[in-house]
Amino acid sequence: MADTRLRRFEWAPVRGVWRRELALFRRYWTSTSFAATVEPTIYLLAFGFGFGSLLGHIAGYRYVDFVGTGIVATAALFTSAFPGMFNTYIRRIYQHSYDAVLATPVDVHELVAGEASWIAVKGGLFSCVPLLVALVFGLPPAAGMFAVPVFTVLTAIGFALFGVWMSTVVPSINSFDYVITGVLTPIFLVAGTFFPVDGLPGWARTAAHFNPLYHCVELVRHAAFGFRPLTDLGHVGALALFATLMWVLAVRGMRRRLID
Amino acid sequence: MADLPAITLRDVVKRYRDKDGSHITAVDGLTLDVPAGVCFGLLGPNGAGKSTTMRMLTAQSRADEGAITVLGHPIPAESKEARAVMGVVPQTDNLDEELTVRQNLEVFAHLYRVPRAGRRGAVDRALEIAQLTDRPGTRVVNLSGGMRRRLLVARGLVHSPRLVLLDEPTVGLDPQVRADLWGLIAALRDEGTTVLMSTHYIEEAERLADGCALMSGGRIVAQGTPGDLIAHHAGGSVEEHHGPPDRLAEIEALVRRAGLPTRRTGPTVSVLRAEHIPPSLADALGNGDRVVRRAANLEDVFVVLTGENVG
Repeated sequence: MADTRLRRFEWAPVRGVWRRELALFRRYWTSTSFAATVEPTIYLLAFGFGFGSLLGHIAGYRYVDFVGTGIVATAALFTSAFPGMFNTYIRRIYQHSYDAVLATPVDVHELVAGEASWIAVKGGLFSCVPLLVALVFGLPPAAGMFAVPVFTVLTAIGFALFGVWMSTVVPSINSFDYVITGVLTPIFLVAGTFFPVDGLPGWARTAAHFNPLYHCVELVRHAAFGFRPLTDLGHVGALALFATLMWVLAVRGMRRRLID
Repeated sequence: MADLPAITLRDVVKRYRDKDGSHITAVDGLTLDVPAGVCFGLLGPNGAGKSTTMRMLTAQSRADEGAITVLGHPIPAESKEARAVMGVVPQTDNLDEELTVRQNLEVFAHLYRVPRAGRRGAVDRALEIAQLTDRPGTRVVNLSGGMRRRLLVARGLVHSPRLVLLDEPTVGLDPQVRADLWGLIAALRDEGTTVLMSTHYIEEAERLADGCALMSGGRIVAQGTPGDLIAHHAGGSVEEHHGPPDRLAEIEALVRRAGLPTRRTGPTVSVLRAEHIPPSLADALGNGDRVVRRAANLEDVFVVLTGENVG
């Protein structure tokens, strides 16, 4: 092959990573789809109808609709942060896959782009399934819902990169417990998914604004019940900022761990 | 271009920080030229700096001092271009176990930028190299150790590289698989591919390498063709004496007094340059059942130069 000058960022590595993931996905898509569909259904039944029978309406919405839209964001968090953390850690430490990839014309930032983009697109699209389930449970359809995949993928990019970054920070795979309990659980709960943040104490309301998931919850809810253009632009900006920050930290962390 | 070395290292130093904060010098002022189109062996025991040197050539490890070029590309500035035209076969098996044989090769054909039109042909050729044409759909987890190693080699060759780095290619393999791989490496060199191979198997280097460098403590202690190195440092033949410790100590003293190098390995003293043993010394040493004469090898050279065993 003739020597050619390669660009700093190329798509070939991303396609290579996707090729691998698609090959695996063809084998696992049934179980992934099962989990993505059944889990939100259970949540909706338990919270929507369980709590819903006690609460009726909350923040002006039927509780089942409130939760149905909230679960979309929750799914975007979990379907991206967990693979970002565990898959990346396992491939780096146990399988040495990244050593093999970095011996080819692939740089660390391209590897991170390939891994995170796959997780984000897969996780972002699967996290729209709860919305379909909520529609079955009576959520009124709206044209804005077509924008939901954009919001969930954007959210998932940030959390996938967060997971990749965390995989370079933890000293062992067991240390992910700290991340799950200490970071992901508060993010998941204080985001307006199961209850509105307006009812929280002032400090918690302020904290919620720094929670990327809160911005995703708001966007999904507005997509279903009506956009508020300026506010929603702010939410998109917050998610983009989160993803950018996580990109810098994930690439820096992976470079530190993979290149000595 | 053909006259330029495939790899040059000039005064390369690599230090690692230990857990207690002190520095370990893994590669200590390494200067080496690997000519294009040859099979070159990097020999030395574990910890000699061979793998670190290999990693520096792919820029996965960054030199603290010195200059490196690979196929004319300065490293790390143009390492991506260099990696596009070299193949790497690591010591650690890092095949994707969840994928099939063919899928493993396809992923790397993408990563190595094999053009779409040639990808299928490249993968088929790599399957032939791996001798796995009848198992393209088998998942790697179900392959034997020898098959996995052949696939690992074929994966590094999927883009027909001009240079191949083989890090301990046959470590832990049974003799048949090792012989297969030696045939493959010899064929690559015959086709004009430059091969840099690190090994601590002396026989491997003697059979395959056109030239070799002996490494110890991050430095090159000798360099040349295996034949020249043996002739220069260990002579033509070696006489091995087996016996109790007292007798061995006596033999060592006698031989050193005669000015010949010796080597002690367990219950054996080897007298190097045995063809120069004078008749008087030969009489004193005796020639009973416990004496064996053999040709000198690179292991002898290594022990003479460093006092360490390679294997």
